[in-house]
Amino acid sequence: MVAYLIRSVVQAALVMLAVAFIAFSMFRYVGDPIASIVGQDATIRDRQELAESLGLNDPFPVQFGRFLANALQGDLGISYRQGRPVVDLLVERLPATIELALLSALFAFLIGLALGVYAALNRHGVFANIVMALSLIGVSLPTFLIGVGLIFLFAVQLRWLPSFGRGETVAFGWWTTGLLTESGLKSLIMPVVTLGFYQLTLIMRLVRAEMLEVLRTDYVKFARARGLSERAINFRHALRNTMVPVVTIAGLQLGSVIAFAIVTETVFNWPGLGALFVKSVEVVDIPVMAAYLMFVGLVFVVVNLVVDLTYFVLDPRLRGTGAVPAR
Amino acid sequence: MSDPASKPQASAAPMGAIGRALDADLWFWFRSSPVAIVSAFVAVTLIAAALLADVLAPQNAFDAAQLNLLDGFTPPMERGMGSQMLFLMGSDDQGRDIFSALFYGTRLSLLVGLASVLFSLTMGISLGLLAGYVGGRTEMFIMRVADIQLSFPAILIALLIFGVARSLIPPQQYETAAVVVIIVAIGLSNWAQYARTVRASTLVERNKEYVQAARLMGISGLAIMARHVLPNVTGPVLVIATINLALAIIEEATLSFLGVGLPVTQPSLGTLIRSGQKFLLSGEWWILFFPALVLVLLALAINLLGDWLRDALNPKLR
Repeated sequence: MVAYLIRSVVQAALVMLAVAFIAFSMFRYVGDPIASIVGQDATIRDRQELAESLGLNDPFPVQFGRFLANALQGDLGISYRQGRPVVDLLVERLPATIELALLSALFAFLIGLALGVYAALNRHGVFANIVMALSLIGVSLPTFLIGVGLIFLFAVQLRWLPSFGRGETVAFGWWTTGLLTESGLKSLIMPVVTLGFYQLTLIMRLVRAEMLEVLRTDYVKFARARGLSERAINFRHALRNTMVPVVTIAGLQLGSVIAFAIVTETVFNWPGLGALFVKSVEVVDIPVMAAYLMFVGLVFVVVNLVVDLTYFVLDPRLRGTGAVPAR
Repeated sequence: MSDPASKPQASAAPMGAIGRALDADLWFWFRSSPVAIVSAFVAVTLIAAALLADVLAPQNAFDAAQLNLLDGFTPPMERGMGSQMLFLMGSDDQGRDIFSALFYGTRLSLLVGLASVLFSLTMGISLGLLAGYVGGRTEMFIMRVADIQLSFPAILIALLIFGVARSLIPPQQYETAAVVVIIVAIGLSNWAQYARTVRASTLVERNKEYVQAARLMGISGLAIMARHVLPNVTGPVLVIATINLALAIIEEATLSFLGVGLPVTQPSLGTLIRSGQKFLLSGEWWILFFPALVLVLLALAINLLGDWLRDALNPKLR
């Protein structure tokens, strides 16, 4: 157990180090940090002094070490365009993205699970086949088109929902939430559906496939031979065993949801991290790009780590193998 | 497809999947699948339209001299106020014929999609072969990089590459370089899957007698990889490439939609959708609708063809 834990953490740390390295390389070598600080009429001497005071003449490992130390203390540099510390920008926009991503993941998981189970149990039903066909179209439908389509229908034609922004938000310290106001909730509906749609089709197809697989196994046949009710077989025996892979994949998808928010946030003008990132790519604001990369890297690493460990708890078979290689 | 049981099947024909595509057997499966026939028809029509854009399009949509501002915002199936030309799918704010713009947009979308898939295919196959054949530290390094790249969504990686390229290329040259930059950005964000698949098949092939025989004959490692191993590992990858073509087209459209892809002077389907979005709120729906429709049809047709090809080449499913 301990060996498995340590190995997972070390692996996570290595990936994070690699991501930090890429972020640092962008930060340091793309564009000219001096030129972005001083004006065009600065003398060569001014530039050299600035380079010296910023530590740009130090050897590479020293600079990378300083970058890491600063990042760990929450100093990710200053945005070229907005002239504010990057960390402040991220913190300001973090709640919007987290709220959107978590709700989308929840939406995708619950609806995907329900539809997947339904499609597996009524394999030849008309509705199940329609759902499966729609899910195939859903995979070919780019996220941004879903968003634009929803805006056209519910904001332009029906005028039921707002087409952009978060609505009114309530602040708790630095955290803001749109869950407590009517306009905030209304603003959430379309972005959540847009962002969750792809994951929904994915989870639905996965649940259906896993469930069909499990329904063919001997223990389900045996349960049926024992005379258990269909309900008990489907939900107590079959569904439970499909949950392990489904929860794993759904968990791993959480990172993608946060990263995919880039597109949804841009479509709905959502004041989150993804929209900030797209803006920073457009105007080549390298510190913001590097910081966002580090943020997404961190989310991925943490999510993977948590899923790894949950898997370990959920699946007793792994506990045996986890302990053996420790020798 | 990486299942070892299907290997002898895949390496039976000399040319891998291409040889088998001409196989009469495959043709039979094609004729008996209505979905495949319809998708192939849609895909071929769109590809032909893209190739023949200069001949078929009623208007050269990106030659400003041919546009008449009085034609602006003509709804579909109506004649323009200025030129009296019939606008099958309406016109945009500058009087550009949407129907004509679609020919050029589809051409660029297909071009970027194909080129980026080719790019990642070449890169993935080379690195996968190298990793599988050479092994050791090279393999470790390549596969770790592939792991990291696979754990991030392609769109994020493409955006980063795009941002870096943008700061390295001076703005004046940017418009001409845009197509190349976006091909490289999408290509670089998708190679890992090919590398993994090819490495897995290479590991199987490496220990077979024909490779050992070639090695005994003193043929260099590079020649063995390129002439002997490569033809036997390309089959599964080509199927992945078909499905990835749809993904690459969508990825390009997404980037262009976000405003970090192709510029307005060289609009792909994504760029056309982006410019149509402005007018959606004021009711000119056709500027966005038709490019979106073509994009979805193209992606769906290629996806369905890819799915069909994967199933048809998998003997276990018959």
